[in-house]
Amino acid sequence: MTPPQSACGASAPGGQRQRTGRAGSAAFARLGRAARGALVSAVLAVAAGPAVAGPPVIERAAKGERCVEDTATMRRNHMRFLEHQRDDTVHGGLRGAKHSLKGCVDCHASKTTGSVAAAKTDFCVVCHTYAAVKIDCFGCHATKPDGVIATRPSGALATQPNGALATAAGAKP
Amino acid sequence: MSDDKSRRGFLGMAAAGLAGVMLAPGIRLVEVAQAATPGGASAGANPKVRWGMLIDTTKCASGCTDCVDACNAENGLAKPTRSTDPQWIRKVEIKEIKTGRQSSVPVMCQHCAEPPCVDVCPTGASFKRADGIVLVDRHSCIGCRYCMMACPYKARSFVHEPLTDQKPDVPRGKGCVESCTLCVHRLDAGQKTTACAEACTKAGHGAIVFGDLNDPSSEISRRVREVRSTQLRADLRLDPGVRYAGL
Amino acid sequence: MQALMNARNESRNFWLLAAFGALVTAAGLGAAHLMEEHGHAITGMDNAVVWGMPHVFAIFMIVAASGVLNVASIGSVFGKPEYKRRAPLSGLLSIAMLAGGLMVLMLDLGRPERIVVAATHYNLSSVFAWNVLLYSGMVAIVAIYLWTMFERRFNAWSRPAGIAALVWRFVLTTGTGSIFGFLVARQAYGTALLAPLFIVLSFGWGLAVFLVVQASMYRWNGRHLDPALQRRLARLLGVFVAAALFLVAVQHLTSGYFARQQAFEAFILRDGGVYPWLFWGGYVLVGAALPLLLLFHPRLGGEGGMLAACLLIVLGAFAWLYVFIIGGQAFPLEIFPGAVVSSSFGDGAIADYAPAWPEWLLGIGGLGAAFLLTVIGVRAFDFMPQDDLASGGH
Repeated sequence: MTPPQSACGASAPGGQRQRTGRAGSAAFARLGRAARGALVSAVLAVAAGPAVAGPPVIERAAKGERCVEDTATMRRNHMRFLEHQRDDTVHGGLRGAKHSLKGCVDCHASKTTGSVAAAKTDFCVVCHTYAAVKIDCFGCHATKPDGVIATRPSGALATQPNGALATAAGAKP
Repeated sequence: MSDDKSRRGFLGMAAAGLAGVMLAPGIRLVEVAQAATPGGASAGANPKVRWGMLIDTTKCASGCTDCVDACNAENGLAKPTRSTDPQWIRKVEIKEIKTGRQSSVPVMCQHCAEPPCVDVCPTGASFKRADGIVLVDRHSCIGCRYCMMACPYKARSFVHEPLTDQKPDVPRGKGCVESCTLCVHRLDAGQKTTACAEACTKAGHGAIVFGDLNDPSSEISRRVREVRSTQLRADLRLDPGVRYAGL
Repeated sequence: MQALMNARNESRNFWLLAAFGALVTAAGLGAAHLMEEHGHAITGMDNAVVWGMPHVFAIFMIVAASGVLNVASIGSVFGKPEYKRRAPLSGLLSIAMLAGGLMVLMLDLGRPERIVVAATHYNLSSVFAWNVLLYSGMVAIVAIYLWTMFERRFNAWSRPAGIAALVWRFVLTTGTGSIFGFLVARQAYGTALLAPLFIVLSFGWGLAVFLVVQASMYRWNGRHLDPALQRRLARLLGVFVAAALFLVAVQHLTSGYFARQQAFEAFILRDGGVYPWLFWGGYVLVGAALPLLLLFHPRLGGEGGMLAACLLIVLGAFAWLYVFIIGGQAFPLEIFPGAVVSSSFGDGAIADYAPAWPEWLLGIGGLGAAFLLTVIGVRAFDFMPQDDLASGGH
């Protein structure tokens, strides 16, 4: 009786030793010492490139004196602020709050391009490229401020039912 | 025999390791999910309000697209040329088969009280706000288009291409589903009406009345008390917020 | 020496098959990448036909994945020994096809990078959300079921695992049918019949796929299916095909009885161009009548006849799904009953749809992924149904 077989010729249960996975390291070992050194240096150089190039140069905001939060807090937490705010805006209808994305764009739009994400030197792109984090926001959100605070009746600020004022985009409370 | 045992042992450990690697991020995902609750009591959206529209089709001229043009301008929609282009509102030319009577009617998201699109959305991105406006939360929308299958009014559009130059108040982008928002960005800012209703009134037709259906003293409430109006596909019992007179 | 030559040939054959499967899968992934970069504008889908060719492939694979587990259920749950020997292969195919179908479904999303959102945010009134849980649970349950069959110490647990898998896949296929059954808006859907219809369809499609794979494995290894067993399998497949045809007939007869549905039924069955052709020619003739003839005819119903019938059933499945999914969307929504309507958004008009090549590639890529997983599984583990062993084995 022939031993049981699987399709495509798997061997009998009990296995057959496979020699895999050693090809890569074997190839590396076969290179001469100089070649190995060059290869490792090249890989390290590419990986360390951004660090060697230095931290990003961030263009100063065009409007306002200071941001709604201090720089260190913003650097670490802006994504959390935005994520929380977006639910309040979309589900709750709160617009123009302290952490509104529109507010960020309003102040930080570049003087030259008028945008926060059009050119490599624009505010959001500069840091995100350095940190290699893809920005998802601007597939949907406008990167340029709307110039006029167009959809608000002039002078009047939207009020919430409890009487508190909702601040207009960019203005400080 | 020892080959068997060591191979099995290896497979067992590999499976356990793989399971661990796959489960570990899930623990973090549970954390993310539990943190991702929508902003509690909606301060901007008032639950006492139910926004609605009354459209008097006898005042709607065939070929007039003032409401459509205003909506496109307000929300940054390009003029549609292909079947893949989004349309939030369109004019439908109707001819009754038996009587020959013709009318022209703007159709948009009906903002149902029992929206099928909200029921079927797997992530809850399609939702009904406290004030009755049915919206798509594009942060959660995965673009599965199930809501488009479910809508009886063909209200929703899918964005088939990358977009640029969006209006700052109306973010919209490739891969998500969208529909009429009853100009929610204007309402939240304190304005009293939608772009389409405003344009229709300014042009002198007066076919579209927008307002709070829950407020008995609002113009729309008075009008629906006086004039006979119907809902589209009322047999489905979805209770749309948009009513039509003269159909 | 001969054994070593065989082993080398088999190894080479495995790598060739795996490379082919990987290539097909890669083509599908490439198409998905293009769709993600340029948007769905490069496909044939639009705002009228929102689910296109990829969904046809995906739903076939998902429904067949559920049905292919039938063979295992007949073995483990009902205790038939010939089916018990085939249970592991059935489990492997189930996982492979589910993986392929889900790959296509997820890559067809408008925002496939948001799978994490789908996995963490559940709207439990959506049957789609339930399906996300059911599909992933299915993979886990079948994996455990396979383990109880392979690990001799746990063989006694294979029956409870088999029962769990049976119940789970009934719920899963009900869920798949209900994705359409719960849509009140469209005349093609919104009926309770769709859940049981999908279950019966899964039986036929799943068994057909199983028999094709089994026949390929046997041919590759120069083995033959015992004629008595082959006749039994053929009869079972024939019963499934006939039952599905019956339910499809009842669905259309009932729908056509209602005045408000008659325009739609006329479209699907007579006036709709490609849709009646695919329904009558593709499904009824090629996908049901011819296979029934091949399976039950005394002279035609041999091993070759059965294989041909299985392939025809799969073709018929694609034809039926195309009519069901795409024909159902092509017919306009009736927002103003009793009126003829037109608009800039396609109201009142039959939607024009032609699948574009990225959609074909994505769908075929899913088949490739299922094929690749099957090839690897069969190479690594002992999935060949062993009829000639004296002991039952599993």
